[in-house]
Amino acid sequence: MPNLKIDRVNKFYGDVHAVKDLSIDVPAGEFVVLVGPSGCGKSTLLRAIAGLEDISGGDIALGERSIVNLAPRDRNIAMVFQSYALYPYLSVYENIAFGLRARKTPGSEIKKQVDWASELLDIGGYLDRFPRELSGGQRQRVAIGRAIVRDADLFLFDEPLSNLDAKLRDGMREEIKLLHSKLGKTFVYVTHDQVEAMTLADRIVLLRDGVIEQVGTPLDLFERPNNTYVASFLGSPSMNFISVEVSGGGTSMTLPDGQTVAFGSSQFSGKLAAGNYLWGVRPEQLSNSASSESTLEATIEVVQPTGARSYASFNIGDAHVVAELDAHAVNTEGQKLTLSISLDRTNFFDPVTQNVVR
Amino acid sequence: MNKWDQGARLWARVFCAVLVALFFAFPIYWLGAISFKTADEIFAYPPVWVPASFDFQHYFSLFKDGAAWSVWNSLVTASISTLIAMFFGTIAAYSLVRYKTGGNHLAIWIISQRMIPPICVVFPVFLLFVAWDIVDTYYGLIILYTAFNLPYVIWMMRGYIQEIPLELEQSALVDGLSRWAVLWKVVMPMVKAGLFATAVFTFIFAWNDFLFALILSRSDVVTFPVKVTGYFGAQSSLWSKVGALSMLGVLPMIFVVGTMQRFIVRGISMGAVKG
Repeated sequence: MPNLKIDRVNKFYGDVHAVKDLSIDVPAGEFVVLVGPSGCGKSTLLRAIAGLEDISGGDIALGERSIVNLAPRDRNIAMVFQSYALYPYLSVYENIAFGLRARKTPGSEIKKQVDWASELLDIGGYLDRFPRELSGGQRQRVAIGRAIVRDADLFLFDEPLSNLDAKLRDGMREEIKLLHSKLGKTFVYVTHDQVEAMTLADRIVLLRDGVIEQVGTPLDLFERPNNTYVASFLGSPSMNFISVEVSGGGTSMTLPDGQTVAFGSSQFSGKLAAGNYLWGVRPEQLSNSASSESTLEATIEVVQPTGARSYASFNIGDAHVVAELDAHAVNTEGQKLTLSISLDRTNFFDPVTQNVVR
Repeated sequence: MNKWDQGARLWARVFCAVLVALFFAFPIYWLGAISFKTADEIFAYPPVWVPASFDFQHYFSLFKDGAAWSVWNSLVTASISTLIAMFFGTIAAYSLVRYKTGGNHLAIWIISQRMIPPICVVFPVFLLFVAWDIVDTYYGLIILYTAFNLPYVIWMMRGYIQEIPLELEQSALVDGLSRWAVLWKVVMPMVKAGLFATAVFTFIFAWNDFLFALILSRSDVVTFPVKVTGYFGAQSSLWSKVGALSMLGVLPMIFVVGTMQRFIVRGISMGAVKG
């Protein structure tokens, strides 16, 4: 099974530079998720890998073989589309068998493969039905079935879950992850949903305006973001950014409302030069349970219970902050709390460049 | 709404449907009746609604004097030109939609060709056909009908192909089909209803043509609309033969529309409702 190498790929639409000098190496068997907001170039890149979009420069190779000049059918790639792309005039069986028939696979082999895929995806009971007779989730399984019956070198997924409702999406996400571990094939998956990216990926490639902002494992990106963009894209509710001033000795910082937070024995103590920073703290890094050397005072303004946990919002100067707290500890608006900070897991960013300070 | 109201509404609908059906069916009935009537019955006043006898002597005489061949000529020219126009028109439409051939305006230019009044082109075409020596041949009429119907086919098929989700074709390309195979195995099944509907209307255009056939045929490939007019004379008209030949001309159309009705209705309503 070959690896995928994307080397300095560029794509122009007229004057619009959609993909800018983008390079990624995807080792065989890896599950890579391209994530980013609409228009960041992730789908363009995926379609370029599939051969559905010509690239303006650079190279895409599977193993040692450049595939840039090959027709889509000669790339040995399978793809699952957002809209499922099922043929409405064909039964589920024929939809799954379509790619095999196109490649002149013998009938007995087709049956074996379709039976295998339908069993794996639990759609064996629907093989005689037509796509219009299936639910959204079943259609998506058929679309995945059509891709996996082929012995493709690479599997591409273009936002395959975005047309499903939230509950179904959770279930299918788990199934796709399970499928990857069973097949052991290389998956490149495009989504704008950070939860999908976090839960599915071996590695995430976060894009903005056709440029890679950061590549790494989900935890890498979540805990050690390169910049405020990456930090704010991942996590829900997203990271809080508070303008702070670190004092001369680098042992504490002053918040916009004048509070002082001691660094204590955290990794930042004595390491940060005096000056202004954007302090990035995630809601779950503030708590009212464990005691910590670093604390801040908050007057809760809005409480949003979600069950076991509640989101409590408050202001620190002009910064709006959300903390994820134990639901039983916070229940009234106007409540005053002393919140412990897991300071070692927070990040400091340069307020000008927005890059992380390490 | 009570049951009585529902029943009354149903009867009102049936009554209206019967009325409309009678309105449209009556001319065909009247044509058929004339083809069986004697000369006295045709000119009788008050009109004779039902002929006294249903013998087929007028029809037999059409076959005897060879006039029935004109229906065959119409069938050959209309069918073959329809097949050719559909084949090339569909490919051209696919090219316009998926490859943006000719930019945004070529499609408009093509359909504008259909708006030219036939009388404006028939004499230049006649001179051309004389030069090519294809006047009064199947080739001549087939070429002309094909050329005249192509813009219509391209325009209609373009609309149907635009309705096909692009991802369906892209999925097939990734699955292993060539562009040609995508056209035959994905696009064609998706536009089947539109294809039949367009083919029927294309066939009807060619079938009903009078002007081109009048100018471009003499004796060998006279089509039935031209032949029918031959029965109208300055002194008298052979009404029973007009009726019989017209019936022979109408029957294939009734057959075509009757068998294709399902596709025609779906075809002309395709894209009207998002499914």
